[in-house]
Amino acid sequence: MAKRSVIPFGPQHPVLPEPLQLKLVMEDEKVVEAIPAIGYVHRGLERLAQEKDYQQVTYLAERVCGICSFIHSLTFCQGIEELMNVTVPDRAKFLRVMWSEMHRMHSHLLWLGLTADAFGFESLFMQGMRTRETILQLMESTAGARIMLGTCTVGGVRRDIESSAFGEINTALDSVARDLDQMAPTILNDYSVRERLVGVGTITAQQAFETGAVGPVAKACGFARDFRTTGYAAYGQLDFKPVTETAGDCFARTQVRFAELYQSVDLIRQCMAKMPAGPIAVPVKGNPDGEIIARTEQPRGEVIYYIKGNGTKNLERLRIRTPTFANIPALLKMLPGCQLTDVPVIILTIDPCISCTER
Amino acid sequence: MLTNVKEISRDTLLNEVAAMMPQGYRFVTMTCVDCGEYHDIMYHFDKDYVLSTLRLKLLKGQKLPSISDIIFAAIIVENEIRDLFGIPVKGLALNYEGRFLLTEDAPIAPFNKPVVNTETKSNN
Repeated sequence: MAKRSVIPFGPQHPVLPEPLQLKLVMEDEKVVEAIPAIGYVHRGLERLAQEKDYQQVTYLAERVCGICSFIHSLTFCQGIEELMNVTVPDRAKFLRVMWSEMHRMHSHLLWLGLTADAFGFESLFMQGMRTRETILQLMESTAGARIMLGTCTVGGVRRDIESSAFGEINTALDSVARDLDQMAPTILNDYSVRERLVGVGTITAQQAFETGAVGPVAKACGFARDFRTTGYAAYGQLDFKPVTETAGDCFARTQVRFAELYQSVDLIRQCMAKMPAGPIAVPVKGNPDGEIIARTEQPRGEVIYYIKGNGTKNLERLRIRTPTFANIPALLKMLPGCQLTDVPVIILTIDPCISCTER
Repeated sequence: MLTNVKEISRDTLLNEVAAMMPQGYRFVTMTCVDCGEYHDIMYHFDKDYVLSTLRLKLLKGQKLPSISDIIFAAIIVENEIRDLFGIPVKGLALNYEGRFLLTEDAPIAPFNKPVVNTETKSNN
């Protein structure tokens, strides 16, 4: 047996946008075990939520993540609305889907750029970030901000998107679709990309189930599990199917995310075509009382908000389980057996969001 | 409202959890709530988008049996509960000893409600 040694990977590492440490137990160049160490960006947001008015927590929830922020506030609002029997206007539901899908696209494009950068494909990184910029500008023009939109509120949304803006949105989506068409041959067929991703970091469907994997990690193992299919917000009125692959490796996870980019373009177009007229919010009175669990599908998978109210403006407890939190055990199953050079790529293909995870 | 909730005890916890995955339930997460004299520990499972919850009332000072031998994915959340609520977890497959999320100079069990001492001193 080769001599074992331990390599600390992170918390600061060129490929990691956020601090995460893995203690890698190595036999020569092969990883035999990985032990995670987090806690570098724990902010105690759940505790802070108990000190704030539940309406203010909408904006606190948005700051759990700097990437899929809108979907966090959406999940929180949906939980409170169910707890307080608030019926959200249809138009607000469609607007919520539009901003959710914009966030999914910019998140996947950021991931694509960072992953390309991790295996040394600089031009693909630039291409991904350039396309992402189109989405960020679209969010700025529709919501007034590039990431932290602040548009979701309990009872609906705070801003409308006038039908006169749909032309501009369609033009931007055309541009994004063209960029994706240009990138597709490189991402899906290029020799260098396939060499770094195919057959690397593989987990079986059984392992994905046992570790509770969610989102593209589970979808890449054949699980057609996508919480949008339950029809929350306006998803029940839109036509789409979860994207799946079966190989369970880094390449399959890439394929899933890339196909979801096209799906998001289509979902936003469907929203504009079916957008109902009417109000965008209803007034909400009173305070939440009781327990509820709200779930939505983020770019990285299912997010869970446990909310417990006690009839006052302050919540008794807010618990957030983010998708990266659920995918860390799956990551620990992917790493044993891989080469040290593949570790950064494998970590990035779960699309880790550490600030989300630690809250 | 929270539905599909089954109340369990410490003694039946491991058997109840072990019975879930063979029935096709995916482990989702755990939630801990400080309810004053006890902690509410909830184990959430999902099957076909329906959430089921096992709820355990754990008196303060009692140890929580770890389910990480049955469900590996629970090590992360059990360590988090150990950190944030100061609940000792017995049999953790990977034990960070209360230093998973928190640093050495962090407050102890910061998510527990502050204890209010209602006793009054008779000689005051």
